[in-house]
Formats: sequence, structure tokens, C-alpha cells
Amino acid sequence: MTAVAAAGGSRRTRLRYIAERRGFLATLLISPAVLFILALVGVPLVLAVYLSFTDAQAGSLTGKWVGLANFRNALHDPIFRGALWHTFLFTVISQIVVIFCAGLIAHAFIRNFRGRWALRFFVLLPWAAPIALTAIGFLWFYDPQASIFNWFLIKLHIVDPSHLPNWLGTPKAAMSSIITVQAWRTIPFAVVIFLAGISSIPQEVDDAAAIDGATGLKKFWYVSLPLQLPIAMVAILFGIVFTATDMVVPFILTNGGPFNSTQVLTTYAFQTGINAGNIGEGAAIALFMLPVLALVVIGMLVFARRAEVT
Amino acid sequence: MKSGWRYNAFSYGIAIPFAIVLAFPFFWMAVTSFKPEAQVYDRTKVWSFHPTLANYGFLFHQTDYLRWIRNSCFVGGMVVLITLVVALPAGYALARLSGRVGRTMGVAIFLTYLVPPTLLFLPLSRVIAQYLHLSDRLWALVVVYPSFTIPFAIWLLMGFFKTIPQELEDAALVDGCSRLGSLVRIVFPISIPGILTVVIFTFSLVLNEFVYAITFISSSTNRTLTVGVPTDLIRGDLFNWPGIMAAILIPSIPLALVYNAFLNRFIAGFTGGAFR
Repeated sequence: MTAVAAAGGSRRTRLRYIAERRGFLATLLISPAVLFILALVGVPLVLAVYLSFTDAQAGSLTGKWVGLANFRNALHDPIFRGALWHTFLFTVISQIVVIFCAGLIAHAFIRNFRGRWALRFFVLLPWAAPIALTAIGFLWFYDPQASIFNWFLIKLHIVDPSHLPNWLGTPKAAMSSIITVQAWRTIPFAVVIFLAGISSIPQEVDDAAAIDGATGLKKFWYVSLPLQLPIAMVAILFGIVFTATDMVVPFILTNGGPFNSTQVLTTYAFQTGINAGNIGEGAAIALFMLPVLALVVIGMLVFARRAEVT
Repeated sequence: MKSGWRYNAFSYGIAIPFAIVLAFPFFWMAVTSFKPEAQVYDRTKVWSFHPTLANYGFLFHQTDYLRWIRNSCFVGGMVVLITLVVALPAGYALARLSGRVGRTMGVAIFLTYLVPPTLLFLPLSRVIAQYLHLSDRLWALVVVYPSFTIPFAIWLLMGFFKTIPQELEDAALVDGCSRLGSLVRIVFPISIPGILTVVIFTFSLVLNEFVYAITFISSSTNRTLTVGVPTDLIRGDLFNWPGIMAAILIPSIPLALVYNAFLNRFIAGFTGGAFR
């Protein structure tokens, strides 16, 4: 075919012929995206790995090769080890809360009812609003003197006005406070994923279960739950990535304090790499997120293959 | 449907309490934003106060707030443009590539969306400063943001394009249209709702971004909304809480309204890429 066109036509028809070939056209359409991603994700990722093996300081992209020294220093640093543990706590606890609440909420929103639009709007607010801004709102809600939560607890006579809890000022309370905000903000996103997943389950399954006499809890346990487990998996995987690698909530609310009690990997990498100017060490700290990411990616791929089979 | 009232009772029983808890912070922000500054610390005046718009006036006249909004919109607009130019053709091609290759590439591109800014901001901050000479320029954000908006947009667009039947394009080809011609004349026009969804969610991703914005931008006038409010309104010597609450609500409410309006389409695109 190619030979015929090449022999028979002028240059223009030949060009047009090439443009009609699917493989060529597909490559042409996809390559700008691939190049963009390689330049802006691939290259910096490689650079991050390279920097972590050097003693690069702020103001330069090169430094002396120091081998594994940055990683060794990090592992001997008590603040860093604390940051690892806090990242784990922050992620796991918030995501357990999220999955439980989001599963419930999503089931309430599957079918239409009066007022659904408005209620869904309220539920989605925490995710739709920019978190860097709403986190500042919480800075005010947790204010030592004027915390609305404290005012509420005073009204209920749970706390004494002369001994008010300081939500961001004491280590234990600070961790729970930032976990609460992270859960508050991620719940709507998990609801969206749940709704997306549930809407992709064919109605026939429901009908078949109904004909077989499955109702209520039984139907939920034997039919709905197994079908929705993969969806819950997707929501959890996304939640883990967005929580373990995000720094907005701890950065704005506590910036790692008090006494590094809420220091997570991302805030510590920022403080080391940007504030203190030790780019190499900062990069090494940030790279400890990679194993988590790798696990999540593998999970996603397994899920993608499962979805392909069914 | 069977047992309608029982499902309704379940829905209201779950949805109303959660809606109250999740939306309460916004309600309290709104109340605070209308309070006179002197009364916000007063526990005895939770409800009894004279509502005022002075805090909104403060925001617009005595801070760089409007400028930050303009900066955010500029970056958002440019990034949306770049994202569409790159992601539209790629999303279409991946949707039409049948079999393993298309699927694998689609998933691979989507996975790059998961690589977080917190991993890349250190090397990128040097690249921006040393090679591109864009430190403290909004263009730095315009260059870097597509790194996460493009993968996200490609995934959504792939989902939308898959719902357009191939036969429609085949008909155009039979009528003498070229492949690219059928793309521009047939596929894009019927995908406009899907494309609009991508525009909205890309814009909101840009508005939300914080890590790059706080790393690359250093002067107050060049800040975007998400960074200007926490750095300039909090760390300055003026600690105007009601004004800050107003600053949070002004972009959040319209964003959430649009978000909610386009959510169903978003879900269709998201699952279209994943489950088809």
C-alpha cells in the first residue's frame, strides 16, 4: 500500500497518506504530552535522586558526591525518625476515619431525594474549597482564646473556662487536631470516588439480588460489599498518596511544632531543603516517600488489571 | 422503587448530620467575617453582634488581596490553555488506541499524576532559578503546573472520548473527511461538556496548589491566593481574623458551586477511563 501511494502520488498526497495512518497519527498526538511529562516529572525526579547523594546547598544544583551520607544522617536524626512515625500516624488514622465516613455518606447519596443537591453541596465543600485557605480557618477555630470548639465544650460543661485545651499548642492535641482537619478535608473526595465506583456497578446485579430474595443487611454483606471493595481500595490508595505526601495541613497549622511533635516528612524536607538551605539532605528526606508511592502504584496496577478482567 | 421511605429515612439520617459537621467550619467563618473585629474574642457575644462589612472593605482596600486573585486567575487561565492544547489530542489518541498499548499508556500517564510536588519541589526550585531564571515570577508556576494538570486532564478526556461512538467518525471518513478533520469537526464539538469539565477541574487544581507557589514566589505582589492569604495576612503584624475569614470564603463558595454542578460529569469521565 505504502509503495503504491509513494510511487503514484506527488509529495503532497504522500504526506496526506502518512497523516491518515493510525500509528503515525497516534504518535503525533500523544508525544507532546509525553515530552511535557518527561521534562517536568521525569527529569526532576531523577534530579531529586541525584541531589540526595550530594551535599548541594541552596543556590546551586551541584554539590560534592557524598554517597549515602544524607540518608545515614537522616536515619540517625531523632527528628527525622519522629517525622516518619508521625507521617504514618497522620496517614493511617485519618484514612481509617475517611473510609468509614465516606462509605456511609456515599450510600446515602446514591438515589435521588428532595434536597440532595444542597446536602451534597455541603458535604463536598471541604474538598472543593482550597485547603491552604480553609486550613487557616482552622487556625482560628483552634485559637487558644477564642476556639469555637472550646466555647462549645464550655456550654456543654465538658471543659472548665479556666483550663481550656490548647489544640495546637500541646503535642498530643496538636497531632489529633491536624489529623481531624486532614480527615475533614479528604472525606468528600472519598465520597466522590465511592459514588463513581458505585455508579459503575450494573443495576442488573441489584435486581438479581432482589429476585433471589436478598434484602437489607444480607444484601449489603454478600452482594454490595464484595462489589464495592475494589472501589474502597481505590479511595484508600488515593487517600494515602494525598495524605502521606501532602504538606499543606501540617505546614499551616503547626509547621511541625510544638517540639517537632507534628513534624512529618514533607514539612521536615521543606525546613531542611528550603529554610535551612541543605538541598541534598532535604531531597534525601523527601525520597523516603518513594516506598509508599511505589506500594500505592503497585496497588493501582493490580486494581487496573482486575478491572480489565471483569 | 421498593421501600422508598426507608431509603429516604436512611439518606436523611446520614446525609444531614454529616452535611452539618462538614459544612460547619464554613458557617462559622461566615459568622466571624461579619463580626466587628473587637468582638471576635468575646465568648458572651457569639450571636449578639452588629454585622458589618468593614472586614471585606479592609480586605479589598488595605491588602493585596485583589492582586492575588488576579494572579491566581492569570496562572489558572494560562495553565488551562496549555493543558487543553497538550491533553486534548493525547486523550483522544489514547481513547482510540485499542488494546493493550492504549490502556497501558493511559494508566502510565495517570500514575505520573501521583508523583507529589513535595518530592519534586527541591530540584525544580533550582531549575527555575538557575536555568529558567523565573524566580519570583508567575511564569514559573505557569511552566510547572501542567506537570500535574496534564496527566489528570488526559485521564478525564480519555474517559469522555471513549463514550463517543467510533461509527460517528467512520461516517465522517466515508464522507471524505480526513482523520484530523473529523477530530476537529465531529469529536471536539460533541465533547464540549466534557472539555468544560476538564477546564473547571484543572482551574480548581491550580487554585489549590500550595507547595510550588510558596517555594517559587517570594514577593508579596506576585503571590497567588493560596499563598498570599496564609503568609501576608497571618504573618504580618495585622491579625485581622474576620478579614481572613472573608478572604477564605470569597473564592471557596463560587468554586464549590461550580464543582458541585459539574460533579456528575466528572464522575462519568473518571470512571469512563477506568472501568470501560
